[in-house]
Amino acid sequence: MPEPFEPRIVAFFCNWCTYLAADLAGTSRLRYAPNARVIRVMCSGRIDPQFVLDAFARGADGVLIGGCHPGDCHYQEGNYKCLRRFQLLKRLASQMGIEDDRLRLEWISASEGERVRTVMNDMVEKIRALGPLGRRKEVEEEAVVA
Amino acid sequence: MKPKVAFYWCASCGGCEEAVIDLAEKVLDVVAAVDIVFWPVALDFKTKDVEAMADGSIVATFLNGAIRNSEQEEMAHLLRRKTQVLLAFGACAQLGGIPGLGNLWNRDTIFNEVYRDSPALVNPDGVFPVTEHRDNGHTLRLPKFFDTVLTLDQVVDVDYYLPGCPPTPNIIEQAIGALLSGKLPPKGSVLAPDVALCEECSRRDTKPEKLALEAFHRPSEVLIDESKCILAQGVPCLGAATRSGCGAQCVEGNMPCTGCFGPTSRVRDAGAKSLSAIASMAASNDEAEIERILAGIPDPAGMFYRYSLPASRLRRKRQEAV
Repeated sequence: MPEPFEPRIVAFFCNWCTYLAADLAGTSRLRYAPNARVIRVMCSGRIDPQFVLDAFARGADGVLIGGCHPGDCHYQEGNYKCLRRFQLLKRLASQMGIEDDRLRLEWISASEGERVRTVMNDMVEKIRALGPLGRRKEVEEEAVVA
Repeated sequence: MKPKVAFYWCASCGGCEEAVIDLAEKVLDVVAAVDIVFWPVALDFKTKDVEAMADGSIVATFLNGAIRNSEQEEMAHLLRRKTQVLLAFGACAQLGGIPGLGNLWNRDTIFNEVYRDSPALVNPDGVFPVTEHRDNGHTLRLPKFFDTVLTLDQVVDVDYYLPGCPPTPNIIEQAIGALLSGKLPPKGSVLAPDVALCEECSRRDTKPEKLALEAFHRPSEVLIDESKCILAQGVPCLGAATRSGCGAQCVEGNMPCTGCFGPTSRVRDAGAKSLSAIASMAASNDEAEIERILAGIPDPAGMFYRYSLPASRLRRKRQEAV
């Protein structure tokens, strides 16, 4: 019997806000969907669109980006750069057949542990409904049989 | 005995074949130095001539074009076997090129458009290509058309890459020189400088330190000032994320770079990197205003993956979503 589908999410969290919020969620013992592999980056402005596409190509069903609220960036405007790239990347992803709910940007400050839980649970549910992205399999098969 | 050389084309427009002729009188030096054993576009050789050659007897094969059907795949394997140094010649062989944009569709959607829906089509019997057809006791075969366009190195091992749409004469000349002298860089190298095009652009000094753009325009919508950085004028120019070596010919013709030389060695996904660079220049911190500015780029996949979709991380649009 095939195993039930568990969404696999790659989450890029900025060091100063969203990662601390996830930390807070943990120390507050909040329970939420365990589907994300969190990658800590210094700033959401460090998230190269290549990272996001690479995550999808290697089998992620969804990618979540978490950064500081507008105006709160530790490096002044890294999150704005992230927002600009995200908007265009989102349209590119859509052209590549990646549904809207699979790529998400959230501003979560260090005090919003609760928000991490809400966003994570919501994203997992939405992706569970969409089903697997199936990218890794598709890419591998193409490489062999064309 | 002169070294044996072959040229072949797969899924491409023929521009790469012309690029060889663009060597002008220098092509005579090439012809004098090598023995061309296979070049279907110019000389009458057949596949069986190649099959009859000893394995590894061709010193170098310049193969242009992407791989999108079974015949091209077979020829790539055959030439690989017969060749010591296989060069992916041009953007299509290296990255998938313009035909690579076919990866936004698949065989069915492409065939439907070309043989059923195109307004320019006359096909009253609704004939579609098939791989095998029997008629009067004879069997006719056509190559199988793939759903997905592939780069050459997704099919066979490639020794070197000559970038460009098409490769420019200076790049070709240097590559042939390196081949004949035996002074070749490490296997897998792209035979062009490993720096961005902005480095050799004549308008480099007019590129501002920090670019903040309030609108993006297509080249047809504005008069581009010939003396200033094209990107600074709001026309997306991909020079910043594209390998140099072409002499910035498009910019010299007052048109933006569209990225045909592909990425430098530090970049894995050319389109994503260009997108990143261009998007971050939108001069606003407001969500709605950023959206308005970026609306000036209506087709990100077409703009940023114009030559490189099959070589990108995702390679193609999801089959289920086509």
